[in-house]
Amino acid sequence: MRKIIFKSLVQAPLTEKPPAADAAALAELAQRLDQAARQRLGRSLSIRQVDAGSCNGCELEIHALNNAFYDLERFGLRFVASPRHADVLLVTGPVTANMREALERTYRATPGPKWVVAVGDCAFDGGVFAGSYACVGGVSAVVPVDLHIRGCPPSPTALLGGLLALLEHSAE
Amino acid sequence: MPTLSEVMGQGRPVQGHRPWPRAVVPGEVWISTAERLKDGRWTLLGLWGERNAVHMAVLDESRREAGVVSLEVLAGRFPSVGQFHPPAIRLERTIKDLFGLEPEGAPDARPWLDHGRWGLRAPLGIKAAVEATGDAYAFLAAEGESLHQIPVGPVHAGIIEPGHFRFTASGETVVRLEERLGYVHKGIESLIAGADPARAARLAGRTSGDSTVAYALAFAQAVEAAAEIAVPARAVHLRGLMAELERLANHFGDIGAVCNDAAFALMHAHCGVLREQVLRAADACFGHRLMMDRVVPGGVAADLAPEGAARLRDLTRTIHARFPELVDLYDNTASLKDRTVGTGILAPALARQFGCGGFVGRASGRAFDARKTPGYAPYGDLRFETPHLEAGDVNARVWVRVVEVKQSVALVEQILDRLPGGPVRAVDDAWRPERAGEGLALVEGFRGDILAWLRLGGGGVVERCHLRDPSWFQWPLLEAAIEGNIVADFPLCNKSFNCSYSGHDL
Repeated sequence: MRKIIFKSLVQAPLTEKPPAADAAALAELAQRLDQAARQRLGRSLSIRQVDAGSCNGCELEIHALNNAFYDLERFGLRFVASPRHADVLLVTGPVTANMREALERTYRATPGPKWVVAVGDCAFDGGVFAGSYACVGGVSAVVPVDLHIRGCPPSPTALLGGLLALLEHSAE
Repeated sequence: MPTLSEVMGQGRPVQGHRPWPRAVVPGEVWISTAERLKDGRWTLLGLWGERNAVHMAVLDESRREAGVVSLEVLAGRFPSVGQFHPPAIRLERTIKDLFGLEPEGAPDARPWLDHGRWGLRAPLGIKAAVEATGDAYAFLAAEGESLHQIPVGPVHAGIIEPGHFRFTASGETVVRLEERLGYVHKGIESLIAGADPARAARLAGRTSGDSTVAYALAFAQAVEAAAEIAVPARAVHLRGLMAELERLANHFGDIGAVCNDAAFALMHAHCGVLREQVLRAADACFGHRLMMDRVVPGGVAADLAPEGAARLRDLTRTIHARFPELVDLYDNTASLKDRTVGTGILAPALARQFGCGGFVGRASGRAFDARKTPGYAPYGDLRFETPHLEAGDVNARVWVRVVEVKQSVALVEQILDRLPGGPVRAVDDAWRPERAGEGLALVEGFRGDILAWLRLGGGGVVERCHLRDPSWFQWPLLEAAIEGNIVADFPLCNKSFNCSYSGHDL
């Protein structure tokens, strides 16, 4: 173990430069964010991820945000275990009928000010699952959405770009 | 004892079902097949419904024979397989939820995927509208002095999929775990019914995102069997490359995550780096990090990028250089092994009874590997071994993954050594089946064997498709493995199984 830790100390870090905050995301947020809320939170947001019916592809890429290449926590963004601790709900999936109530209750359990970020094409409008008897079709059909990050699944870089846009706006 | 083909000979063979036979059998043959599963002679591969039929896929491992027995014209009911063979119980509850067919004599009459939220009953059978107010669910009783219950989920504390776990504990010790799943049911089988093959392939590839290559491959193989499409040799090998890259990425993720759940973050960080390097190589070679929609009926959608082979050689060199020291780190950290050795033991007899595949089955003595039995190209020409252990604990499930990583790296190298040239696709996205046919495929995903069965209609569409995730035969065993362990070890046990919620819930 000592050898591995020592190597990590002398090697250059794997962590990469962040992408620019996504311009389209900034524009979407500009219309929605409340000035007062931004001032209160500063540059630190706690994120609670909610899978509302995803195929788990989005979860894999959200997980990747924590790896050494993307290192989400350096931006003051971190994942928390409870909606009670969260500022942001990161929601994936076409919102299945069976998850609708759980999503609503998670939203209500999150204290304000809060933001909802819908991740992936399914969370945007149901994606390939749109029209199913078992899907509501898009997160905005259930809770208000502040930002969409598209992709199937969005890459960690795209996720980072979207979240950084949220961070910049929440700090303005 | 009659063989599987002799038993199927007692029914009417179905024309155009490939590559293994299907027969419509009388009720008594259906029941005797279920009894044969109970005896442990045969393995249940799948059990699924249609509006007026039920099908059971069975494997005779010793003779390497597979087949599908079917019951037709049911009058709304069929003899329960679950009354003889418990692994069928949840599959039958699903048949009742989706098709409205009643398994007669079934030991558990509760719904499974249907939570009363769809606004209709039997969405794939004779639909009936109901109010989507949600049904109450009766959890099994666990009674005794000073027992308490802990409900967990569907929204969990980590970045994972939703499901509900009901623990009954005596102090710290789990007396009973009962799972309730179905939260991510998306209605995939209903969306595929009537879809053209290209759209159906996209849906199949999103049954469980972590196994998107394996699902797309199972679906494509079933289509190719049904329509008798020959896949070009280069495409077969590229599929093998993608499948092994997917296995590597998932195993790295899992090995790290299991250690993380034992509070050993260093392994998690280093395995996370290896996983990311696999995904980046996949992106560079095939144009998508998870390789979604790259395996398609008739071949592959994208040829290997020009610099792809060199990129993959770099990747295997990196793994050779980095992985052994991580394995040493795992093996020589006593505090970590203290958490994984002897924790969450799955008895080999249960793994066998459930026909449990993947690392869960292999860690409990069941060496089944669909790449070998029944087997498919390109694996017949490649050298690899299927590791198996008997201990059945978290450590064994980690260790099987470790050996599989080495095997997959060797497979990637072998495929690169012999990658043939030529076309990569026999038919394109505009292809529509001209005649009816049925296909069955069994593909080894990273977590076990995925079964795909489908019927192509003459009208150019997929009439009916069933996809059975390996998790169907692993989730019930997690309930058994956790018994007698402490509640705090549940995340560790759960991660070592790493069952799919989405693949199971469909």
